[in-house]
Amino acid sequence: MSTENGLSKRFEITGGDFGKAGEVSTKIKEILQEIGIDSTIIRRTAIATYEAEMNVVMYAKKAELTLHLTPTKISIRVYDDGPGIENIEVAMQEGFSTATDEMREMGFGAGLGLPNIKKNADRFKISSTPGKGTALDITIYLNQAGKK
Amino acid sequence: MNQYFHSIRIDPEKCDGRMKCMRVCPTQAIRIRNGKAVMIEEKCIDCGECITACPNGAIIPLTDPFGELTKFRHTVAIPSPALYAQFGREILPDKILAGLKKLGFDDAFDLAFTCGEVSFAIQEYLREHKGPKPLISNACPTVVRLIQVKYPDLIDQIIPTNTPREIASRDIKKKKSKQYGLKEKEIGAFYLTPCPVKMISIKQPAEKGKSHLDGAISISDIYGPLLSAMESVEKASYKKALESICILGIGWAMVGGICRTLRLKNSLAVSGLNEIIKVFDDIERGKLRNIDFIEAYSCPQGCVGGSLTVENLYISYNKILKLIETLEYEKIKACPDIRELRKLYKQKYFFLEGKLEPRPIKPLDEDLGKAIKKRKEKEEIYETLPKIDCGACGSPTCLTFAEDVVKGKSELTDCIFELPQRFKELSQELCELLNKTAPLNPTKSELKKRKK
Ligand SMILES: Nc1ncnc2c1ncn2[C@@H]1O[C@H](COP(=O)(O)OP(=O)(O)OP(=O)(O)O)[C@@H](O)[C@H]1O
Ligand code: SF4
Ligand SMILES: [Mg+2]
Repeated sequence: MSTENGLSKRFEITGGDFGKAGEVSTKIKEILQEIGIDSTIIRRTAIATYEAEMNVVMYAKKAELTLHLTPTKISIRVYDDGPGIENIEVAMQEGFSTATDEMREMGFGAGLGLPNIKKNADRFKISSTPGKGTALDITIYLNQAGKK
Repeated sequence: MNQYFHSIRIDPEKCDGRMKCMRVCPTQAIRIRNGKAVMIEEKCIDCGECITACPNGAIIPLTDPFGELTKFRHTVAIPSPALYAQFGREILPDKILAGLKKLGFDDAFDLAFTCGEVSFAIQEYLREHKGPKPLISNACPTVVRLIQVKYPDLIDQIIPTNTPREIASRDIKKKKSKQYGLKEKEIGAFYLTPCPVKMISIKQPAEKGKSHLDGAISISDIYGPLLSAMESVEKASYKKALESICILGIGWAMVGGICRTLRLKNSLAVSGLNEIIKVFDDIERGKLRNIDFIEAYSCPQGCVGGSLTVENLYISYNKILKLIETLEYEKIKACPDIRELRKLYKQKYFFLEGKLEPRPIKPLDEDLGKAIKKRKEKEEIYETLPKIDCGACGSPTCLTFAEDVVKGKSELTDCIFELPQRFKELSQELCELLNKTAPLNPTKSELKKRKK
């Protein structure tokens, strides 16, 4: 894939930094608005990015999020160097969560983040190596506004 | 180009380009061009922050002059409940309304009463609403415009009830025209406003319908005359005056008033644009789904903090709060007849007549591929800038400057930090040019010779 006819931007997310949590998804939303992307697609992207971002903040140490945008699709990649996920199938289930009591107090930990990313993406890949980290690959197509 | 009506005007005579307005504008809608502030129409949401920030009074709210009254055969003043908060504790709505009549209005209408009716409608609507939550109050037109411009996907979460001022003036015109045998257009309904933004909601309603109001008069303009007019109003007993206040409606003057008087459990009250933006971001991310209703006001503490009010906003906030507490304590509920309201509710009496549409900002380019390319260019330009948001270029931040350059509205050389770089480049070019004609690096002896 060439970056020639597209826009690429990298963001860093720091684990545990609840103060800044959500900033990356807001920045991405603003970029998409300036470009004039359909608002339903923006919302789907913002939700998927936000959930991915929050998982890094809650479970990992550090992550790099890359936005890549072409006239046909939005791709978001998140690589983190956190503890990884033992059983992805289980983690993907609605309601599964290892969030701490403190996180639940803050309104997280419903176990809906990953399923929500999947719901809002047109394509979603997740891979993880326990002890090393987790990688998410999210794609949202631009030419089918409002289909999802 | 005049697609949008705005409630403010910048007077170039008075403006001396001090950038205060540009810095406070929450939507980056102001630029300094040739030493004067100018507004980018599509970005402005009429919040009025710039009016308060300008030290020269160069930003002028476009409310109606008092003289407009003579155009009508019968005139009615419809004051925002925020007016009730402008005078001392002892001065209650009945006296203020009487004062308005002394000022020359044929009648003065207690809008708090209609506010109470609409509070009831909000409660009913919340009960039957099955769609996405939370619902958002539409009492503040700036908030509605913020959603239209920056959160188009939340439009369906704006509560579809009409505003009390519109419902009231529609009703007043109908009744008065019958009563006096006048045409509706011969009756002038004037809103007494705490902010300029209500003016646009009259001239250019957000939902594209037509307003039933004929104008808006600034509370700050009417304050002085009203104060003297009230001197000759006879004082009624305090208790009796209290009994005519609708507790459900009086709270509309301040943030949290609707939620409190309706006793909504799952509600939030926010004021101030920056705070509202944080809350709206959260709604957009799907958080706050367990909240039923959000009361949001652009001005700090709600309409009592409007830019056209007079009293200190904390004092007026307190006056309303104390009033509510007193009414609660005295168990006074001068409120509309619920059975009658249910009937009207079913007839859609309380609902907006038009539909709200989004009003997204124009993209960098109509062509998607070109827009992406321009956004990339913006990023590249931004990376070369000092990122200190000094404003000398006439744009509020380095990022907006980069955008202005991409849009062709600014030149890269407008950035003062580009100057040394440009000098360097120019002098290099000059050197190269000289080198072609003159020998490289003259030796000391050569220089000495030249001096002689
Ligand atoms: N980046 C990650 N690194 C390590 N573990 C993760 C990561 N993302 C998710 N998990 C694990 O997967 C579980 C499910 O994640 P998911 O986002 O679906 O729910 P949650 O974060 O627990 O709750 P919610 O997203 O609803 O606040 C998490 O509890 C966590 O154990
Ligand atoms: S909070 Fe009230 S006074 Fe302020 S802009 Fe909104 S409607 Fe006007
Ligand atoms: Mg999660």
